[in-house]
Amino acid sequence: MAQASAAASRQTSWWHQNQQRLTPWLFLAPGILFFLFYVIFPIFQSFNLSLYEWDGLGKAEFVGLYNYEELYWDDAFYTSLKNNVIWLLLYLAAIPAGLFIALFLNQTVTGIRLYKSLFFFPFVISQVVVGLVFTWFYDPTFGILNVLLGAVGLPPVNVLGDENWVTVGIIVAGLWPQTAYCMILYLTGLNAVDPEQIEAGRLDGAKGWRMLWYIIVPQLRPATFIAFVVTIIGALRSFDLISVMTNGGPFGASRVLSFYMFEVALSEYGFRMGYGAAIAVVLFLIMLAFIAYFLWSMYKEEKAR
Amino acid sequence: MRSILKTSAAAMAILAATLGGASADGLTGNLKIFLDTSNPAPRATMEEMIAQFGEKNPDLTIETTVIDREAYKTQIRNFLTANAPDVANWYAANRMRPYVEAGLFEDVSDLWADPEIAENLASTKGALTIDGKQWGVPYTYYQWGVYYRKDIFDELGLSEPATWEEEKANCQKILDAGKKCYTIGTKFLWTAGGWFDYLNMRTNGFDFHMDLLTGKASWQSDEVRKTFANWRELIDMGAFIDNHQTYSWQEALPFMVKGDAAAYLMGNFAVAPLRDAGLTDDQIDFYQFVEITPGVEKAEDAPTDTFHIPSNAQNKEAAREFLKFVVSPDVQTQINDGKHLGQLPVNAKSSVDDDKFLIEGFEMLSTNAPGGVAQFFDRDAPAEMAKVAMEGLQEFMVKPDNLDKILTRLDRARERIYK
Repeated sequence: MAQASAAASRQTSWWHQNQQRLTPWLFLAPGILFFLFYVIFPIFQSFNLSLYEWDGLGKAEFVGLYNYEELYWDDAFYTSLKNNVIWLLLYLAAIPAGLFIALFLNQTVTGIRLYKSLFFFPFVISQVVVGLVFTWFYDPTFGILNVLLGAVGLPPVNVLGDENWVTVGIIVAGLWPQTAYCMILYLTGLNAVDPEQIEAGRLDGAKGWRMLWYIIVPQLRPATFIAFVVTIIGALRSFDLISVMTNGGPFGASRVLSFYMFEVALSEYGFRMGYGAAIAVVLFLIMLAFIAYFLWSMYKEEKAR
Repeated sequence: MRSILKTSAAAMAILAATLGGASADGLTGNLKIFLDTSNPAPRATMEEMIAQFGEKNPDLTIETTVIDREAYKTQIRNFLTANAPDVANWYAANRMRPYVEAGLFEDVSDLWADPEIAENLASTKGALTIDGKQWGVPYTYYQWGVYYRKDIFDELGLSEPATWEEEKANCQKILDAGKKCYTIGTKFLWTAGGWFDYLNMRTNGFDFHMDLLTGKASWQSDEVRKTFANWRELIDMGAFIDNHQTYSWQEALPFMVKGDAAAYLMGNFAVAPLRDAGLTDDQIDFYQFVEITPGVEKAEDAPTDTFHIPSNAQNKEAAREFLKFVVSPDVQTQINDGKHLGQLPVNAKSSVDDDKFLIEGFEMLSTNAPGGVAQFFDRDAPAEMAKVAMEGLQEFMVKPDNLDKILTRLDRARERIYK
């Protein structure tokens, strides 16, 4: 009798009734807390800070939208914005480049594992090292690039010292590791390609480009999506390469928004916290557009299943 | 039992009190020192000096923290407010202004009232004065000027110039010999600030230069345009090495070492790497930047490094004693000699080490700089203005035709920054 009532009370206790629904939230709780504290909360903090003028030491002074008005007149801001767009566009070249290297490496010859690792190598080494290597490569006096150009009779170029070339030069350096990253994504994707479909395509007479475009690439869709996401994010985070290779120069021509924000708010000559926050907000809005797109396409995919 | 404990505690207290009384002439407690001298030689120098101070004050527990030089520049803002040491080093003039205005540096005018300091450190007093009060003490400074390859000058039959015309004539001969006149690396911008400092101080004088850097004069004024016109003469001649915007100041050194460029406008710290690269003292020499506008009194750049007491320091008494110790004549002689910092002592009673560059620099600053002593472009101007302006200077050196655009931009920045 006593046992039965205990069992009954256990079954009717609130915890037991809701266990199924509560457990996932309990497991999620630490993650949600950290996400709220380290991601969501700082976003609102930045919005708030961008309305103030503050040097990080004295009193913060409320200035309304003045920082944004200041941005509107700031040439350096437009240079950075333009460079961000260039980064976003050119960085996407890593996706087809990665695909072709993956296709090239997707064969069985002796030592292919070694070749694959060697191709993956640039992604493993630090961005700082990549930046340094390319800086030496581009060096106008001693660099190998100008030696090579000279050998085919072209005039030397100072890639990192020319405001028209500098961003492209840094992006090329960034493409080296990024291509390796996309390659590894496609290599795993290629493992999942259905041999029967290839067989069927072959019977129908598909070869070369048509085979690639109509049979292989559609099957690599998940890999392409991930490659696209990481490349876009990589392009927007392009900070270390710029810092190492040019420090934003010459005369600010290679800055992107994230670098400009750092320079304005946190570098040796900076400490305009409000202005830096305003740039951060603009950068956030750009990212938000992409994030919304990613979430939307993932949502659609889930629904289609 | 309890009473025994009580008595022994009381005895201990008395003992402690007597011990404290006994060492009343020495300092007690803790002294926390933060330094940015992360390079090997300055670091060793500072540690040696602090050890000596510790020997004099055996009851004082000294705790030294050396922070990376670049990281220090941003960390100082945090530690001055949150976790203040008793002594911290920094730079003079406008570079210390934000901290003085935020009330984070202690007013040490009382130290400067002492004739021992007031008289012997008179030359740097101005650099440490804001609003009529002194906010720290200097511990070292160094001259700027033209370091040149004497062997190349001899080979081409050139002598040290004294006027702008001679400077340009020399340069033309160097260019004719297939070399560049000056090496420079402007990747990190400040080196261009050095050129502007000198050209502007020689063209328009110290007072105008200071007015410009403190926002009282306009970047679009005729005086500034004259400075840039002089600079442009050199640029149009092709006097500077190509692609300087890609190099740091260290990366520009090999041009001089290999003899592709004949001279370098730099601070005295350039001598050590030049010697390390294999140039002997017969090959390198120094001359003061030439006169440009006749009659304008020569002024020099001599950046001063300083020690300060944060307002939130715990042991200000010991910190004051430490500052006094640092500027005393013997310590100054010792830490600035060739084996240590290799720079100039700030105390007039100290002796300068037997090094030809230090001797020449000391003489220049003490007898041939009647115009005044400036700190340096990015220390005299507020940080924000310095950044925008130095970027403009670099752009001008690469694209001199953009001058009007640059000056308009700088004037707009001036109106915002100095309001």
